[in-house]
Amino acid sequence: MIKQSWWKILGAILLAYTFTAGFLIKVPHVGNLYGSIRNLFFHVPMWFGMMVLFTVSVVNAIRYLSKPSIRLDIYSAEYAKMGMVFGILGLITGSIWATYAWGEPWSNDPKQLLAAIALLIYAAYFILRNSIPDMDKRAKVGAVYNVFACAMLIPTLWIIPRMVESLHPGGQGVEGNPGINGKDLDPRMRMVFWPAVLGWTLLGIWITTLKIRFSVFREKQLANA
Amino acid sequence: MKSAAAVFALLKKDILLEIRQQYSFYGVLLYVASTIFVLYLAMGHPDSDVWNGLFWMIQLFICINAVAKSFLQESRGRMLYFYAIAGPRDYVISKLVFNALLMLLMSIISLLLFQLLMGNPLRDPLQFVGLVALGSVSLSLVFTFLAAIAAKAQQNAALMAIMGFPIIIPQLLLLMKISSIAFSSVIQAGLGQMILLLVGLDVMVVVLSLILFPFLWKD
Repeated sequence: MIKQSWWKILGAILLAYTFTAGFLIKVPHVGNLYGSIRNLFFHVPMWFGMMVLFTVSVVNAIRYLSKPSIRLDIYSAEYAKMGMVFGILGLITGSIWATYAWGEPWSNDPKQLLAAIALLIYAAYFILRNSIPDMDKRAKVGAVYNVFACAMLIPTLWIIPRMVESLHPGGQGVEGNPGINGKDLDPRMRMVFWPAVLGWTLLGIWITTLKIRFSVFREKQLANA
Repeated sequence: MKSAAAVFALLKKDILLEIRQQYSFYGVLLYVASTIFVLYLAMGHPDSDVWNGLFWMIQLFICINAVAKSFLQESRGRMLYFYAIAGPRDYVISKLVFNALLMLLMSIISLLLFQLLMGNPLRDPLQFVGLVALGSVSLSLVFTFLAAIAAKAQQNAALMAIMGFPIIIPQLLLLMKISSIAFSSVIQAGLGQMILLLVGLDVMVVVLSLILFPFLWKD
């Protein structure tokens, strides 16, 4: 499936739809968000994409542990890298949004902090990898840390944010702008939101497959040199 | 049954080693005492919030110092020997238990020193002792596993700090939030939930160590 092109075309179409419909449709009037609510089509899909990419990365890490091969290690590392890129983009789009909605780009909101921590956990993954020169050892230690890091994401991104008060929707005792909560998302916005999530995720996977092909190629060159 | 005996034997070996080569134990102890003394000189008697924050940060650094060496003191040959006589799971369980005991002792000592030097803002000391026990065990479990990873990467102390700090932040935040109950009479909402989450995290770390350590072990 990964070699076929239909999902790449689908991703491109969905993103084109996101960028046109996302800016053109009528959006509901929620609190002090005004037009900035359209950022929902760009900010939130980044986190969905990041989670999907990290999940693919950890699946490949587990596959590596059960049956070691350097190709699986490349998969795991490249998906994690792309997940980092999505996470950083999520933080950037989020802080642009926050500048207009909350008055400042960084307000030490628990979800901002925990997202930054999650990215730091994965940043440590790359430092760990780079510190080990031996290829097989790097792959093994990297895979073990990857599984551990992914397990740590569960409390960091899924449990603790739900237990503390937050400016974001979905925290405990929500204030601010609850209009974009998952359940009461406006149907018009939903028509763009879910295609946007899928489109961004497919784009992330597409870029990663290109990078994987490049890495595998370079690995082969090194092996033959 | 055989595995329990192996765990016990390995644990006894670690404790005996610690008793016979006391320099490392006293090294950590000196570290605890001197950091808290420096803190006392710098801060005197701080507010309860600051006291709480400082206490847990000091626990973090003590934990890194106490646990970092746990996988380093074994030479390659001796690792091979343990590999032959006991399984990797037994080995990692013995390390987890040993480090948890060591960290528990260090935390209690540092709590006493904190009380002695930095004032006593605790409203309910007994409750706080319980939290310290829970917290120190949580910290030691995470860092034991990270020490195993760092020992494989051969650059230990620095790498452990780099890996450990981001991973430990959620736990540390939870601990600080929970332990704030010991300072005031205000009952915090969702307290049981948070303690449960912390215990759940500990269980998760132990299970992950048991699953993942055998992969790290063999070369």
